[in-house]
This record gives sequence, structure tokens and C-alpha cells, in this order.
Amino acid sequence: MTQFSDTRLAEVRQIIDRYPEGKQKSALIPVLHMAQEDFGGWLSPDTMDYVGSLMQLEPIEVYEVATFYSMFNTEPVGRHVFEVCQTGPCMLRGSDDIISYIKAKLGIGVGETTADGLFTLKTVECLGACGYAPMMQLGKHYREHLTPEKVDAIIEECRQTVA
Amino acid sequence: MGRKLLLEKAHIPGIRSYEVYRREGGYASVEKALRMAPADVVEEVKKSGLRGRGGAGFPTGMKWSFLAKPEGVPRYLVCNADESEPGTFKDRYLMEFIPHLLIEGLIAASWALGSNRTYIYIRGEYAWIVDILEQAIAEANANGWLGKNILGTGFDCQIYVQRGAGAYICGEETALIESLEGKRGNPRIKPPFPAVKGLWDCPTVVNNVETLAAVVPILNIGGEEYAKIGVGRSTGTKLISACGNINKPGVFEIDMNISVEEFIFSDEYCGGIANGKRLKACIPGGSSVPILPANLLLKTAKGETRMMHYEGLSDGGFATGSMMGSGGFIVLDEDQCVVRHTLTLARFYRHESCGQCSPCREGTGWMEKILNKIEYGKGQLSDIDLLWDIQRRIEGNTICPLGDAAAWPVAAAIRHFRDEFEWHVKHPEESQRRNYGLAHYADALTTV
Repeated sequence: MTQFSDTRLAEVRQIIDRYPEGKQKSALIPVLHMAQEDFGGWLSPDTMDYVGSLMQLEPIEVYEVATFYSMFNTEPVGRHVFEVCQTGPCMLRGSDDIISYIKAKLGIGVGETTADGLFTLKTVECLGACGYAPMMQLGKHYREHLTPEKVDAIIEECRQTVA
Repeated sequence: MGRKLLLEKAHIPGIRSYEVYRREGGYASVEKALRMAPADVVEEVKKSGLRGRGGAGFPTGMKWSFLAKPEGVPRYLVCNADESEPGTFKDRYLMEFIPHLLIEGLIAASWALGSNRTYIYIRGEYAWIVDILEQAIAEANANGWLGKNILGTGFDCQIYVQRGAGAYICGEETALIESLEGKRGNPRIKPPFPAVKGLWDCPTVVNNVETLAAVVPILNIGGEEYAKIGVGRSTGTKLISACGNINKPGVFEIDMNISVEEFIFSDEYCGGIANGKRLKACIPGGSSVPILPANLLLKTAKGETRMMHYEGLSDGGFATGSMMGSGGFIVLDEDQCVVRHTLTLARFYRHESCGQCSPCREGTGWMEKILNKIEYGKGQLSDIDLLWDIQRRIEGNTICPLGDAAAWPVAAAIRHFRDEFEWHVKHPEESQRRNYGLAHYADALTTV
């Protein structure tokens, strides 16, 4: 069932306290981040409706925000999401080759998830790591100065965390 | 070696912690500021000549003095940490390695502006930096620099970190405010400006991370001393994030009194072009500003050495110059294809357009499609003129500067590299096998 734990609900209340009285809509993006973390890595219509009712917002107020920001997934994703930057500065340092390598290694295209549900490959636009290119975001952290060997190690590491 | 004001202490072990930061003289500017009248702090920042470090370069003191102060209405300071301009990663560095510098600057600025609730709006992808900042804020609270009645002055202030969720447009201040209010990041029509009607319709100042951090040295050494560093209207120091095909990508603090050539080739900074290649082109101030070929980058059209300051980088206007912008310095070596690079930027702006204004929403998509055709050998010569026409129709015709930001890189690429575009069109097969190369882009220019 789509329902935050009591600890998470307390966190939501804390976030709402950051804003003046009556401005709790400001908590929407932080709460959507929490919902995505807690409910399977994406925002299903059910999850969005739950957030809306929790925050006393109309469903459309939640949908229009969830679909605007690129970090919110409105489709299911794999357990580990590789978000590889492809913008100019990363391209200059070989991101095209890294993306091709990951595609071949995982046997999926951009936007696809492996059959075992472990990996999703996404391409993203500039993440502010241009000096440490090529790079990708994996969960909360950046993986930088990517090489095929590093990609292999990251894939292995992800498999280990599942096992 | 240039003077360092922001990153001078960034390499001291443990500087991320409150104890070490304080031992190294941290928070002195807050002690100083809170003994001054808020208006005098604003005056000090005016004297410093500090210009907004986010990209626009607008004088910070003047921006602060525009803040409306109606009775009984709260005022807000918002720190723009939505760093998203391709090539720019300086704010990240500052927040990650010396977070208390930003918190210190924010407290002094909050006092100057009368903000009791101050927000740091940080791009959602910098998730781990949120933890670093929240830790620093907790330490500042525990040591009496935040909270109620700070230093016995009766001033209350709290700082909150708000995470975005992936949208370049939220670096535009009114889009940022919309996002902070829990909405889509659609920029607002100005006026009213945020200084009058900003966050929750209250008077608001939005400043970049580096700008707010610079308030600390300004208060410590005084606005007049700060203004002596640098050249002319380019006062103080500037963080430059350098990337692309150089030996030492990274974040450098410069005193804006060095040449572009020294910045690229000196070991103190970029360390020269990687792999022994030659310099072809550079975007000196973040992806939105005009790209320059090597010859116009190192020397101005008048044949003078180009300097790394606001006026130096913009010398010649858009015809032969560029801009300081955000300080995102992107270097291309002789093997790079300007068409392909421009295509990635066009794709970026298409992806990041909020969709509110049709010239930007439609135009960015068209530009990407046409560039895609040219890059993949399916273009016609007329496409280059079409591309030029589209970018001209975007520029100046949108609510916010994203339209201009999308138009300028395409315009400059055609302006300076037209023959490379034409070569792609005329050699559709060859251009799939090899790049155009350095060609004449580093040749000395005949000065008039």
C-alpha cells in the first residue's frame, strides 16, 4: 500500500515547517523525492495521488510538477539507474563511447531496462561534473572519469548489492 | 600567483567542519556585519563592485538596494545553487569543500537584507551536497550563528536547503521562485521583479552561491580593498570551472588580471591542451555564451591580448568576442567537431526549454533537428541559413533569457565556423568518417 511510514510522515511535517504558515505546497518537490525513494524508484499515478491527498493538493498540481522535472520517473525503472551525461563537455571527453559501451555490455538501448529488472540506462543533460567527464549519476552519487573498466566495476558492484 | 579569497582555505584538512573553519577565522564577517547597520553592509558590497557570479554580472550591491521594504511584509534571501549551465561546476566545488563559507556569507547577507528565512535552492542531482550543507547549517545553529537572537542582536535567522529535481530553467530566478513554491519552473513575466514581488509575492533577492560567498572576504577586508583586486569593473576574484580537452580540468580562482592564453597554457591553471593537441576553440563562460575560434580567443579583433575579465572576454561584442558568463570554460582541441558539439548544446536547450514561449519551445526543437541532419550528412546548404534565421527569431522573443541562451551558441558556431558546417553538407560521407580538424581557426588574424 502506498503510505509513508510514521518516521517519514514526521519528516514531511518537518519539511512543511520550513515554510511560512499556509505555504506547504513548497514541500511538494521534496516530498515527491521521498515518495520516489520509498515507492519503487518511480512515481506511479497511485503514488502521485497519495502525495496529493497527503498535502491537500489537487491531483493536477502534483502531476504537472512530477512530469516537469527530469529526476522524477513517471515510468517504472530498474533497480539501478545509470544516468549518463551526454552534453558538450562530456561529449568532448568521450561520453558517446561510454554510452555505446554500456548499451553493448547490458544489451539495452537508452531508456530501456534489462530483462532481470536490475539496470536502466538513461542519458541525461549536463549534471555539473564537466571537469570530471565522462560521468554518470548512480543513485545519490556521481561516478566520474568513466572508462570501460570503471563501468565494468560499477556493474559488478551493483550486482553484488543485489546478491 | 593570483590572490585567492574564496578557495584560499579550501584545501586545509577538515575545513568542512565547523571547528577547523572557525579556527581559521571563519564567521568573523558575521561578527563584523552584525555590528553594522544593515544598510551599511549593503553599502560595503556596493563599494566592492561585486558583480553577480551566476552569469549576468549585474552589480550585487545595486540588486540589494532595489529590495522593497514595505512594513510588516517578510523579505527573503534565496541562494541560487541550481548550477546547471553546461561547463559550470564551481558552486558545487565551493559547497562541497568549504560549505561554511557559503553559510557565513548567507548569514551576513540575510542580516543586510532582513531575511529571517533564507533558502538555498540546490539542483536535485547534487543530492550528497545537501547533506554537507545541512550538516554545516546544524553546526552554525549549535554555535549560535543561526537561530533566535543571533549574537544578542535580536536578529533571528534560519537557513533551509531546498532540493530541485532536474530543470536547468530553475537557475532563472523567477523560475527558481516558482519551483520553490512547489510548481513547475516556468519563468514569470518581469516586471514585477523579485525585489518587489518574489517568493510568495514578498520582496526577494536571489543570488548565486559564489556571489554570496564573496560577501565574506568583502566584509573581512572591506569593500574598497576588494575593489582594488582585478581590473576596472571586474573587481575581486572569479571562480572558473575549466573542462574539455585540457590537461588539468578543475576549478580555479583567478584575480581577473591574467590573459586567456596564460589561463589555458600555464601549469597553475589548465596546464595546456591534453595529448599534445592544438587548441581549436573555446566557450569561455558556460554553454550559452559565444564560442570563439582559437585566434579570436587568444587575441581580440584589434590584435590585443585577450584578458580573462568581464570586459576582456566580451571585447568585440558578439561579432568577435564572447562573455564571462558563469565562468564555465569549455576547451575544444583540434580533433573536435564544432557541428557535433553545437548539436549537443542545441539538444540540451531543447530538453530544458520550459515550453512556455513558442519561439523557444518550437525553435529549440527545430535547431536540434537541423543540426542533426547536418551532423549526420543529410543537410543542405540552405539549412545553415535556416538555422541562422531560427536562432534570430528566438533571441529576444521569450519571457526569460533561456531563449537567448539557446540562440547564441548556434549563432556563434555559424558565425565563426560556417566553413565547417558547409564542409559537412558538401562531404556527407567523409564527414561521417573524420572531423574537419583545426583548419584555419588558429591562424593569425590580419588586424585592421
